[in-house]
Amino acid sequence: MNIRQMIKPHILNTPPSGIRKYFDMINEMKDAISLGIGEPDFETPWSIREEGIYSLEKGKTFYSSNAGFIELRREIARYMKSRFSLDYSPTGEIIVTVGGSEAIDIAIRTFVGPGDEVLVPEPSFVAYKGCVMFSGATPVPIELKAEDRFKLQPQQILDAITPRTKMIIMGYPNNPTGATMDYEDYKAIVEVLKDKDIIVISDELYAELTYRGNHVSIAQFPEMKDKTIVINGFSKAFAMTGWRIGFACGPSEAITQMLKIHQYAIMCSPTTAQFAAIEALRNGEPEVKKMVAEYNRRRLLMVDGFRKAGLDCFEPVGAFYVFPDIRSTGLTSDEFCEGLLKEERVLMVPGNAFGASGEGFARATYATSIDSIREALTRIKRFVDKVKAG
Amino acid sequence: MKNQILEILRNNSRISDEEIAVMVGATPEAVKAAIKELEENGIIIGYNTVIDWEKTENEIVTAYIEVKVTPQRGQGFDKVAERIYQFPQVSACSLMSGGFDLFVVVEGKTMKEVALFVAEKLAPIESVLSCATHFVLKKYKDNGVVFNRIQKDEREAVIL
Repeated sequence: MNIRQMIKPHILNTPPSGIRKYFDMINEMKDAISLGIGEPDFETPWSIREEGIYSLEKGKTFYSSNAGFIELRREIARYMKSRFSLDYSPTGEIIVTVGGSEAIDIAIRTFVGPGDEVLVPEPSFVAYKGCVMFSGATPVPIELKAEDRFKLQPQQILDAITPRTKMIIMGYPNNPTGATMDYEDYKAIVEVLKDKDIIVISDELYAELTYRGNHVSIAQFPEMKDKTIVINGFSKAFAMTGWRIGFACGPSEAITQMLKIHQYAIMCSPTTAQFAAIEALRNGEPEVKKMVAEYNRRRLLMVDGFRKAGLDCFEPVGAFYVFPDIRSTGLTSDEFCEGLLKEERVLMVPGNAFGASGEGFARATYATSIDSIREALTRIKRFVDKVKAG
Repeated sequence: MKNQILEILRNNSRISDEEIAVMVGATPEAVKAAIKELEENGIIIGYNTVIDWEKTENEIVTAYIEVKVTPQRGQGFDKVAERIYQFPQVSACSLMSGGFDLFVVVEGKTMKEVALFVAEKLAPIESVLSCATHFVLKKYKDNGVVFNRIQKDEREAVIL
């Protein structure tokens, strides 16, 4: 038997991530600086870790209910209300998942399959397109533009919609661009979407990492709430990536069906992480504020550094990424990132890894120490100067 | 802006005026002027380095001393505190609530040197009633910094 022939075409035809080769290269290098890893460099705040440890000491090692501990869902409901003015019932409208990633996957699988089209504004998180393809549905990219500051435009949605369009997946604050959508931006989108039978998946994992104004959720628009699944989690806000815990909120009809996939595929989220997450929502806010203040300082330093290196760089006001325009070097995203890594031992991720419209850009994360950022920017400037001098 | 500057310097006093300027959205000249003003107003009163002396050849012995004193009329504890903190061996001195009055941190080269300082200089001060000396055996954390923790980036390559 040729096992390859047995594999579903949906899986075979999904290309492997284009980022892998860079990580393989950097592993061989000494004193390389990675601006490539999309996760906080902070450890989980101690009081949160300590609560996880305490639950283990107490022998609390059993399953929770499929949707997650009710105490945690109550905390999530309280948090969504107080932080984002969103009302969700802890019984029926909230499900605790294995990171935001699982929530994205089960939301997609609950609604779409072969024959359906899903709008995916790009550049964006690589998993959206992958999960849509695994479901058998067809991802339809929308090319976000640097001149729009990578905000989604209503006309772009109208141009992409067909009778088969059933879903749109948006992630703001955005990975990889750092773009955000404010109230007015969403209002224009809502005008287009409110009368359509299109489900919105709103991935808001980076909501806490908003550096100007308050985070806005599309679910805050009353005409959108009953067709939007809001996805959030603990990885980015509370520096809890390895705990694998997130959640989805939405209309109970949707959450009930998502729960079926979750309970058969996953059973429940890790309970140690759930206990820790309760503490995060009860007492984590001061630590989040400290981390956000630090990210903000690094963000300003990094944007300034890229501009001084001679690269156009729009100011990202969310997440922890900077997405400079590298076209003035005359290089493609891949050439830029490969050259930078080989010559100056700094890893950035080529923008096209996040969709075709990311070509001409590269992603750098400031979730790393100021010393590393300073040194990386020096090396980047040296590289850009050299390339531009020919 | 001043509060932002204090927050930055508190964690890293070696950061340059230019970098602070970028972080707070001001010119380097404005940052320089603000820091000068903070210094002149006695808000920034020093820049220290946190050192793990254990790892050097010049070991330092630290003692935390609980001191009970008789307050003096009209001067409270300030006068006697001043007499104590003027000694160069005293690295910190605070007025406390609770079971004793002054908390004094003394540093020296050897235990004997510190003990002699307490016996010959501190205890004989007129209004000092008693001293309880506690020697530091091991420092785990000081000034917000954990000792002996190797800062290594252990994040693995992950696709996202």
